[in-house]
Amino acid sequence: MDAWLRFRKNRLALIGLALVLLLVLTATLAPWLALHDPTRQSLIEKRARPGAKYLLGADEFGRDILSRVIYGSRVALLVGVVSVLIALAGGLVLGTAAGFTGGWLDTVVMRVVEILLAFPYLLLALAIVAMLGPGVLNTTLAVGIWGVPAVTRMVRGSVLALRETEYVGAARALGAPAPAVLRRHVLPNVLPGLVVYATLFMANAILLEAALSFLGLGVQPPTASWGLMVSTGRDVLLVAPHVATVPGLAIMVAVLGFNLVGDGLRDALDPRLTTTR
Amino acid sequence: MLTFVTRRLLLAVPVLLGVVFVVMLTIDLLPGDAVTLMLGEHATRDAVANLRAHLGLDKPFLVRYLDYVGQLLRGDLGRSFQQNRLVAAELSDAWPATIELTIAALLIAAVVGIVAGIASAVWPNSLFDGVARLFSLFGLSMPIFWTGLVFIVIFSLWLHWLPVGGTGSLTHLILPAVTLALPSVAMIARMTRSAVLDVLREDYVRTARAKGVGEVWVLGRHALRNAFIPILTLLGLQSGQLMGGAVLTETVFAWPGLGRLMVKAIFARDYVLLQGAVLVFALAFVVINLIVDLSYGLLDPRISRQG
Repeated sequence: MDAWLRFRKNRLALIGLALVLLLVLTATLAPWLALHDPTRQSLIEKRARPGAKYLLGADEFGRDILSRVIYGSRVALLVGVVSVLIALAGGLVLGTAAGFTGGWLDTVVMRVVEILLAFPYLLLALAIVAMLGPGVLNTTLAVGIWGVPAVTRMVRGSVLALRETEYVGAARALGAPAPAVLRRHVLPNVLPGLVVYATLFMANAILLEAALSFLGLGVQPPTASWGLMVSTGRDVLLVAPHVATVPGLAIMVAVLGFNLVGDGLRDALDPRLTTTR
Repeated sequence: MLTFVTRRLLLAVPVLLGVVFVVMLTIDLLPGDAVTLMLGEHATRDAVANLRAHLGLDKPFLVRYLDYVGQLLRGDLGRSFQQNRLVAAELSDAWPATIELTIAALLIAAVVGIVAGIASAVWPNSLFDGVARLFSLFGLSMPIFWTGLVFIVIFSLWLHWLPVGGTGSLTHLILPAVTLALPSVAMIARMTRSAVLDVLREDYVRTARAKGVGEVWVLGRHALRNAFIPILTLLGLQSGQLMGGAVLTETVFAWPGLGRLMVKAIFARDYVLLQGAVLVFALAFVVINLIVDLSYGLLDPRISRQG
């Protein structure tokens, strides 16, 4: 409860929370919020400037940009949430296995993790998408797999530290089986760090999905993805700058929201780090 | 020192071989086929089989891997499928542009980020600190491909100050380099701020101040020197991220570098070219990390490099 009180005092974190809630609401209520069908084309109205009918203008095919931005929040959130789950699941399994058993398994897992972590994030995701092919599902997989090494290192670090604590030693001495020790004593203590990481990961996952879609290697048309919208708008940038720039604002707002909440959670859950703020 | 460098470079060999292995394996598992892409859908079965044999694609995976490694040892990167040019030639055409862009961005990120971070730490909670931190937040949240487009709209379309894209002069470099640098500026400024703030709270800084050492000297001699270790680590990591980000920046600004070459190779299923590009990126990364490790020793005499 302490953590929530600290979080509540942090103005920036609250702004972030509001942005995240806005994103979630937009995604769930998309069909009611959007005034137009996001895929309906109207060639006479192509590249329409922002106005009364299309509040944020229309794109190259005369599709309402606002409605597409609203529907795009679904893709961003879906890819973000599912890839977070993939990263957490993979990282938890590998990290606990490596940290708890130690030995050669630990060495092998951590070597591979180090190599993967050293690789620039976009190149790794590009390589994975190049392997799987484009599309929403494969983009999600690529973003999720990209997150596994970092979670693995984090979980392994906490598990190693916890393994040496007295209460874990006591539980083991009393004959508690390894899975029970993990579930009751180790994992609950890893959790706060994971929550912070998952929130900050959401921000990066949304950025990465947008980047992949921008390059044409992520979500494919006609699905409304923010990165894809920026990419199609790029072709008419000099004639109709709003087509590319408006969807980018949506990406920024969403990412900013998760970054602020993540920072706030870190400060709230681990007050020792707050000293520098 | 020299043995340390040689050992690190030797250690890089298995990493690079591993990278090649993974890249080749992933390409091997790809559903699409370069040969059908090259010949079109209506090619005869014979023609496809012939081209496959010609490119060596009919051999088993391990044989091809060993062939490729053997080729690499002889300094041969193969020929690209699409252009039928030597991959080494394509890569050497492209890499100077990427190096130019990345180094320019790294310089901007390091100078602006460190100066802003130090200023924030020296005057915490001042107006400058507030603005700088707000800017960092946005810098970390803006997708760089979008920032690049916004810059083009503002500085090329509206103000007519800078060219839209392409290469040729220093003015062509400004927008892509600033765009690429922004997220790193934000990261480095944040990190520098907290590192310098931490050091300023140390006992030796208080002692130095107590014995009447001037503030500038305290900062330069005692604080920054010690704060630089974590900053340097971050700089190394950031230069890797900059290379990744170069893929996006090069696409936005039609910058003829490795990143754009790599995206083109992915679209064309040009395996040989893709392998070469990934290899160059991986090699650059190994070298950067080595430079970072070596400079620790220069900054902090406690970290020595023996063998």
